[in-house]
Amino acid sequence: MSRPVCSVEDLPVGEGRAYVVDGEQVALFRHRSGKVSAVQAACPHAGGPLADGQIDETVVVCPLHLTAFDLTTGEAAGGEGSIAVHPCRVTADGLVEVSL
Amino acid sequence: MVVGNGMAGIRAVEELLDRGGAEQFDITVFGDEPYGNYNRIMLSHVLSGEETEEAIFLNALPWYAQNSIDLRAGVRVDRIDRFAKVVHDADGGRTPYDTLLLATGSTPFFPTMEGLDLDGVFTFRTLDDARSLLTSAKTHRRAVVIGGGLLGLEAAHGLATHGLQVDLVHSPAHLMNQQLGPEAGRVLRRKIEELGIRVHTGVRTRGLRGTGRVEGVELPDGTVLEADFVVIAAGIRPNVDVAVRSGLEVERGVVVDDRMRTSHPDVYAVGECVQHRGQTYGLVAPLWDQAGVLADHLTGARPDAEYHGTRTSTKLKVAGVDVVAMGLPGPERDDDEFVVFSEPHRGVYLNVVVREGRLVGATLLGDVRKTAFLTQAFDQGLPLPEERTSLLFDLGSPDEATSVAELSDDVQVCNCNGVTKGRIVDAVAGGCTSITAVMGKTKAGKGCGSCKPLVEQITEWAAGGDLTVDESVGWYVPGVPLAKPELMAAIRERGLKSVSAVFRELAPGGVEDAKSKMGLTSLLRMMWPEGIEEERDGRYINDRVHANIQRDGTFSVVPQMKGGVTTPEQLRKIADVADKYDVGMVKVTGGQRIDLLGVAKEDLPKVWADLGMPSGYAYGKSFRTVKTCVGSEFCRFGLDDSTQLGIDLETRYQGIETPAKLKLGVVGCPRNCAEAYVKDIGVVAVGAGKWEVYVGGAAGATVRKGDLLATVGSAQEVLTLTGRFIQFYREWGNWLERTYEFVPRLGIERVRKVLVDDSDGLAAGLDERVQAAVDNYRDPWQEGTAPVTTGQFRPALPLGMPAVRS
Ligand SMILES: Cc1cc2nc3c(=O)[nH]c(=O)nc-3n(C[C@H](O)[C@H](O)[C@H](O)COP(=O)(O)OP(=O)(O)OC[C@H]3O[C@@H](n4cnc5c(N)ncnc54)[C@H](O)[C@@H]3O)c2cc1C
Ligand code: SF4
Ligand code: SF4
Ligand code: FES
Repeated sequence: MSRPVCSVEDLPVGEGRAYVVDGEQVALFRHRSGKVSAVQAACPHAGGPLADGQIDETVVVCPLHLTAFDLTTGEAAGGEGSIAVHPCRVTADGLVEVSL
Repeated sequence: MVVGNGMAGIRAVEELLDRGGAEQFDITVFGDEPYGNYNRIMLSHVLSGEETEEAIFLNALPWYAQNSIDLRAGVRVDRIDRFAKVVHDADGGRTPYDTLLLATGSTPFFPTMEGLDLDGVFTFRTLDDARSLLTSAKTHRRAVVIGGGLLGLEAAHGLATHGLQVDLVHSPAHLMNQQLGPEAGRVLRRKIEELGIRVHTGVRTRGLRGTGRVEGVELPDGTVLEADFVVIAAGIRPNVDVAVRSGLEVERGVVVDDRMRTSHPDVYAVGECVQHRGQTYGLVAPLWDQAGVLADHLTGARPDAEYHGTRTSTKLKVAGVDVVAMGLPGPERDDDEFVVFSEPHRGVYLNVVVREGRLVGATLLGDVRKTAFLTQAFDQGLPLPEERTSLLFDLGSPDEATSVAELSDDVQVCNCNGVTKGRIVDAVAGGCTSITAVMGKTKAGKGCGSCKPLVEQITEWAAGGDLTVDESVGWYVPGVPLAKPELMAAIRERGLKSVSAVFRELAPGGVEDAKSKMGLTSLLRMMWPEGIEEERDGRYINDRVHANIQRDGTFSVVPQMKGGVTTPEQLRKIADVADKYDVGMVKVTGGQRIDLLGVAKEDLPKVWADLGMPSGYAYGKSFRTVKTCVGSEFCRFGLDDSTQLGIDLETRYQGIETPAKLKLGVVGCPRNCAEAYVKDIGVVAVGAGKWEVYVGGAAGATVRKGDLLATVGSAQEVLTLTGRFIQFYREWGNWLERTYEFVPRLGIERVRKVLVDDSDGLAAGLDERVQAAVDNYRDPWQEGTAPVTTGQFRPALPLGMPAVRS
């Protein structure tokens, strides 16, 4: 089921913020193109805070050891583990909806 | 069904999948180790600390799921019921199978001796073994390793790198006697002893001594080598337990035919547990061949595939020494020719054994450049050059390129990952045009590293001169194909003032690249000191919240303390803040500042406000601190006021962005109490008002004494010259290039010419531009009261859950 998490305005352009959705930590990103992505908030490598990572249209780079994860497939660049990716979208009235 | 989740079993599965086996088989894998599949060879690197555990996994748990493999990790198989075609496991489970593959590997061999049951006696075979050894290495001082073969040497080397006192006891007369002749063994021994390991050869241990816990190892002459723990690495035995219990034919190993089939139909075996044509193997190269044959056979891809044994030519890196051994270690018959070159001092030993004009043995130690040609000659029985010394040296014999060309496609180049020359050539044909790309695609060279030179040679040869020398190496950032000077020219010409604008105009397809953003932000801020179009996502998290991110996602806060000088009020305030926010640790940093560690992100603005001090820049790629000694003010040796000069330097250049962090030091005399000789910029008072200015020093991962740039006559000149150097480094240094790389890259003479003699007429411009940077300084902690973006200081792991997994 998808649920509204925040207003798209709460996400600064190009950055990530983390929320708790149904008891789960989710990192949301707002890309410069306008789309949004949602992934698990903790890096599978050593628990790094992914919402603090840097992004482009396709990847998020973990701030701790710079592993890059694909925001669509969840896969890490070097094949080191992968992250959960959650479907999400911006609704007509500017809410970010995520389904877990 | 596969029993054994190790290198051979999973390689066989991979080969099956490659041949479309996923459609033909539902695969279940039993492994008694509670992990995915890892590269056992690399345990040596884990022990020595060169690799992390995560890095050695070949296939982590998700891989099994993705390939619909049912992995029973941590479950040991007891017995196979071949009539019912069911496997019984130690948890009491019964699982049916159609086709079964045994790949149970080996177990460590324990020589008979007293005391093996004492605490503190380890083996070195599994990840758990490596972990236990690491733990012991951290808490103990002395170790004895029993066994001087590959494993024993690796264990000893690994332990020695942790600073332990290591004794190695080996009962044969020389090290690695399985692979090497006596003379080569002696040369190797020299190299091992250089690592600080004490080697005892020709000595059989009498027993382990101690009550409850091991305390020492007793030798035949009664001496006892003291030991806090002992590693037994005296050899391995094929692990045939399951096979024996299940009634398979077993001699030294599980007996298999040329199709890897055991004495039971539908039960196959590969890896170290098998015995094929009387041979057992203890290295990975043969098991790659076996896995291939098995998969060809089971999938019907090549029904006539047969395994005919592997002539092992061993390529290893043992304790950091390259070792290649094939065939005979020395002459056996009267008319065998034997060519030897030995230079023990350099740790080089080379030999070849020639019989009836054919190469029947070769050993290369310490210098393995002739590996390609010799492997080829050995494998294919090539005719040899008349002048035998040319087998060892390039004396007009086939040079590297020709010998690479002559290698046949199925020659195994990388043993650790089972990569043949053919796969490398394919990778190049498939578009990999750099060595890094080839290594990424094939995994070749990513194991012990002994084959890297050969991988490079083959790649170069296959690319026929079209090798991209990883162009991107010369780019300022990976996402924009321009070197720094061209990039700066383009930015200036088009007046680009934001990171997005740079991507839009200069990146291929206008595509932004996360890994390039931080470097571009830094560059733009350097180029436009009066300000750029700020894009917060262009900054690394440290520069978004002006604090240093720590391993658990908290931050550390370091207030400014110019020149390392503080006051009682400042200290009191810091103490109060530390109490109020319950910081995890208060620590004096390497740069003489006070660090408040473990501050939650959301508390940062409050902490700054309560401190009421400016930022100390302990987080950025920027000018950080100036360490000082007390100099003439208090020290009886002090020649000049180093403290004041340090404060002046820090005041003037605080916060300026640089390609990598910049740390300075000023000392009052050459006694160098604040370590100025090993700083990015170090200043030393030499008396009579004179100061020496050093640049390019380092005391981090690299240690380097700085180069003397100039001796100047006043503190003012130090300030000017420092600024000039900083700006020069900002404009010419590569992104993330520390000064200890930058200065040697240009050469100190060149740097001196430009900055001191002004040979290129750059000095005035540099001075002017660094002044502009100084004029535009603004304390970033002011942002605490006026956040720049929404949620700038929101926690990134909101439940406050522990982020770090141990
Ligand atoms: C520290 C170290 C360094 C090495 N360095 C090199 C090197 O540089 N070059 C080289 O060529 N070789 C090297 N080797 C040897 C190489 O690792 C082995 O040749 C290779 O791992 C053998 O593969 P295998 O699959 O036969 O056995 P393994 O990789 O040992 O796999 C067997 C697996 O089966 C499991 N198993 C056993 N019995 C059961 C059961 N009853 N039920 C369920 N699971 C079971 C075991 O737990 C194990 O995980 C090294 C080995 C070690 C330990
Ligand atoms: S470097 Fe010289 S002046 Fe400075 S504290 Fe040491 S001895 Fe004294
Ligand atoms: S030495 Fe440096 S990088 Fe290593 S843990 Fe300490 S602060 Fe971190
Ligand atoms: S914690 Fe994310 S890469 Fe290490």
